[in-house]
Amino acid sequence: MSVMVLLVLVSISMGAVGLAVFLWSFNARQYDDMDGAAERILIDDDED
Amino acid sequence: MTAPTAADKELFFGSRPIEDGLMQAELSVPGMKCAGCISKIEKGLSTLPGVVSARVNLSTKRVSVVWNKSDHEPPLIDALNGLGFDAHLSSAQERSEDNELRRLIRSLAVAGFGAGNIMMLSVGVWAGAGEEARALFHWLSAAIALPVLMFSGRVFFASAWTALRARSTNMDVPISVGVFLTFALSLYDTATGRPHAYFDAATSLLFFLLIGRTLDHVMRARAHSAISALQKLAPGGATVLHKDGSTEYLSIDDIEPGMLLRVAAGSRFPVDAVVVDGDSDIDVSVINGESSPQHVKAGDPVAGGSLNTTAPITARATASEKQSFLADMIRMMENAEGARHQYRRIADRISDLYTPVVHLGALIAFCSWLAFAGDLHRAVAVAVSVLIITCPCALGLAVPMVQVMAAKRLFRAGVMIKDGAALERLADVDTIVFDKTGTLTTGMPRLANENDAGMRALNVAGAIASYSTHPYSRALAQASRLSPHIRLEANQVAETPGNGLEAEIDGVTYRLGRPDWAVTLPAKQDADEKSCVVFSKNGELVARYHFEDDARPSARTVIQKLNQCDFYVLMLSGDREPAVSSFASRVGVSSWQANLRPAEKVKQITELTASGRKLLMVGDGVNDAPALAAAYASMAPGSATDIGRNSANFVYLNDDLNNIPLTIETARRAKTLMRQNIAFAILYNAIAVPIAFLGLVTPLIAALAMSASSLVVVLNSFRFGGDTQRITNLKKRRDLTKSLLAQTQAQTQ
Repeated sequence: MSVMVLLVLVSISMGAVGLAVFLWSFNARQYDDMDGAAERILIDDDED
Repeated sequence: MTAPTAADKELFFGSRPIEDGLMQAELSVPGMKCAGCISKIEKGLSTLPGVVSARVNLSTKRVSVVWNKSDHEPPLIDALNGLGFDAHLSSAQERSEDNELRRLIRSLAVAGFGAGNIMMLSVGVWAGAGEEARALFHWLSAAIALPVLMFSGRVFFASAWTALRARSTNMDVPISVGVFLTFALSLYDTATGRPHAYFDAATSLLFFLLIGRTLDHVMRARAHSAISALQKLAPGGATVLHKDGSTEYLSIDDIEPGMLLRVAAGSRFPVDAVVVDGDSDIDVSVINGESSPQHVKAGDPVAGGSLNTTAPITARATASEKQSFLADMIRMMENAEGARHQYRRIADRISDLYTPVVHLGALIAFCSWLAFAGDLHRAVAVAVSVLIITCPCALGLAVPMVQVMAAKRLFRAGVMIKDGAALERLADVDTIVFDKTGTLTTGMPRLANENDAGMRALNVAGAIASYSTHPYSRALAQASRLSPHIRLEANQVAETPGNGLEAEIDGVTYRLGRPDWAVTLPAKQDADEKSCVVFSKNGELVARYHFEDDARPSARTVIQKLNQCDFYVLMLSGDREPAVSSFASRVGVSSWQANLRPAEKVKQITELTASGRKLLMVGDGVNDAPALAAAYASMAPGSATDIGRNSANFVYLNDDLNNIPLTIETARRAKTLMRQNIAFAILYNAIAVPIAFLGLVTPLIAALAMSASSLVVVLNSFRFGGDTQRITNLKKRRDLTKSLLAQTQAQTQ
C-alpha cells in the first residue's frame, strides 16, 4: 500500500513538472512561431 | 511624390510606439515560405537605416520591425518589394496582443493536467480498488481537483457571476452550478465513504469546455473598427490664409466655411472646398476609388480627404469638418457596423435555447426524485448528473472546431478570416457585389494603344515621362524601351502642374500632357477624351496615348465561374460610365452601375438586402469601406487600403480573385459540417438525458459519454482535412519516388 502511495505521488509530481515546463515555455513565447522555429535551424549564422 | 508620402504616413500611423522613440511596425508578407525567406527578409530589413531589428514570424507570415522614430521613416515596403516579396502594413487592430487567449490556453493546460491525472486514479477505482485504496484515490483526486477547478474554472465562474448579477442567465450558469455541485457532492461522498465520486467528471468537463471556448475565442471577431483608421485620414488641421495676408495653422475643428486654405502638394484637403487659385492634380481615390488623378483649377469643388498631388492650391472651405465628406463616411460606417452586429451566431442561438432547457431538466429531476424516492442525496446526485451529462461539451466544440479547420485551410490558400461568424454568413450568400478599381482591376493604369502609337515617339515620350511620378507617366515609361539615341538630363525636363511635362532635346521642344496645353498649333481636338495624354513636337501633335486600368488576370474566369454557380454578380463603381461599361463587357459582368458615391453604394446594398438578397461585397478602397461594412459578408484584397481591410471580414493576401469562389465553397462546406455536429450533439443529449434522469449514470458512464461525444464532433470536423495541401504533398512524394527509381535504374545500367 505504501509503495502504491509513493508511486502515485511520483507520477502526479512528474505530471506537475511537465505542466510547469509547459507553462514556462508558453510564457516565454516559445509557441508563437512553430513553423519559423522549424525552419530557422536551417539558417547559417556564420556572419554573426 | 504621392506614393511615398502616403506610404510613409501609413507606416507612422500603423506603428505602435514602444519606448525611447522606438516604433514597432508589423508587416504582412504572404509570400514567405522557408528558411531562405526568413534570413533574406531579416537581413534585408535590418540593414536599412533607422531599423533597429526585424523578426519574422513564419506561422503568421508577418515580420515585426522596430524602427527609430528620430530617423527618416525607413522604406520597409519598398525594400521588401526589392527582395521580391509583396508586403503590406498590418493595421494596428489586426495584431493587438491577445491576453485573453493566453489566459484561456493556460487554463486549458491546467485543466488538462488535472483531468488526466484524476482520470488515471479513477481507472484504478473502476478496476475495483479495495475500499482503502478507493478512499485514498478519492482524496487524492479531490486534492488535485480543488486547485484545478479554482484556476481553470474562473473563466466560467466569472462570466456566470456577471450574468447572475445582471439578473440574467447564460450558458456558463449551468456549467458553473454543475461543476460546483459535482465537486461538493463528491467531497461529501468521499468524506462519508460512499463508492462514487465525480471528480474526474468535473475536471474533464472543464477541459473539454475550455477546448471549445479557446477555439471559439480564436474565431471571434476582434474589436477592430475601421472607423479609427478612417479618422486618421483626416488631417489634423490646415494652414489658413487670413484677409490681411497672414497665415495661421488651425486645428480642423476651427476651420469654418468661407475660410481660405492653403493646401500644399502632398497633403490632404481637410474639409470640402472650392479651388480659388492654383492648378493641380488631385488624387480622389478616397472618394470614388478612381485611379487616375483629377485635374482641378479655380472654381472646381474638392471633397475633404482628397490628396493634392502636384502643386499648391488655395481653396475656400465650403463646409465645416462635421459636414465634410470624411465625417459623412465615418457616420455611415458607424451605422453600418451597428447593423451587422444584429446577426446572431449559430452557437449563440443554440445556447439561448439550451440554457433554460437544462436548468428546467435538472430542476424537474431533482423535484421528482425528492418527491417519489424521498432521498435528498439521491435527488441531488441525479440533478447533478443531468447537469453534467448535458454539459455542452460537444455543442461547444461543434461550431468553433469546424471554423478553426476552415480558417486553417483558407490561411494556407492565403485568405485570412477576421470573424468566425462571417464564415456562417458567407455560406448563405447569393449575390456578389464587386468594386471595380483595385478589386477587379490592378488599380494601375496601363498604356492601351501601344501598337498604333509609333515606337520611336513612344520611346522619346517614355524617356521624358520617366522624370515624373504621375501614374500615366509611369505607365508610359513602362511601355517604352530605353533607347541609347535619346539623351536626356533631368534639368532638360520641366513639369507644369496640371498640364504635363516639357522637355527640350536637340533644340526641339516636346510636350507631354493635356491636349489643349501640349498642342498649340490648330488641330482638331476630341473633347470627350478625358483620359488621354498627347505628345507634341514643337506644338504639333505626334501621338495620342490612352490608358486603361488592367483587369486582374483571373477576373474573367472567376466571374464566369460565379455566374455558373448561380450567383447574381453585380459591379458598383465610382468610376466614370464609359470606363465601367467597357470593362464590364470585357470581364463579363452584365449588371453594373457607375458614378456611385460611397453613400450611393451603401444605399444600393441596403436596398438589395431589403429585397431579401444576401450580399457579399468585394472591395478595396476607402470609398468602399461603408459598403463593406454594410454588406452581409465582405472581402478585401491584401493590397486594399488599411480602411478597406479593416472593414472586410475576409482578406485575401495574394490578390488572386480565385480565392473568392474558394472561400465561399469552404464556408458552405463548413456550414454543412457545423450542422452535422450540432445535430449529433442534440441527438447525444436526447439519449443521455433520459439515462441521467433515471439515475443510471455512474462516474464511468459520465466520463465515457462526455469524451465520446466530444471526440465524435472533433473527428467529424477533421473531415475538412482532405484538402488540396495533402493531395499535392502526396503527388510530390510520388514524383520523388519516380525520379529516384529512374535514377537507380540509370545507375544499374
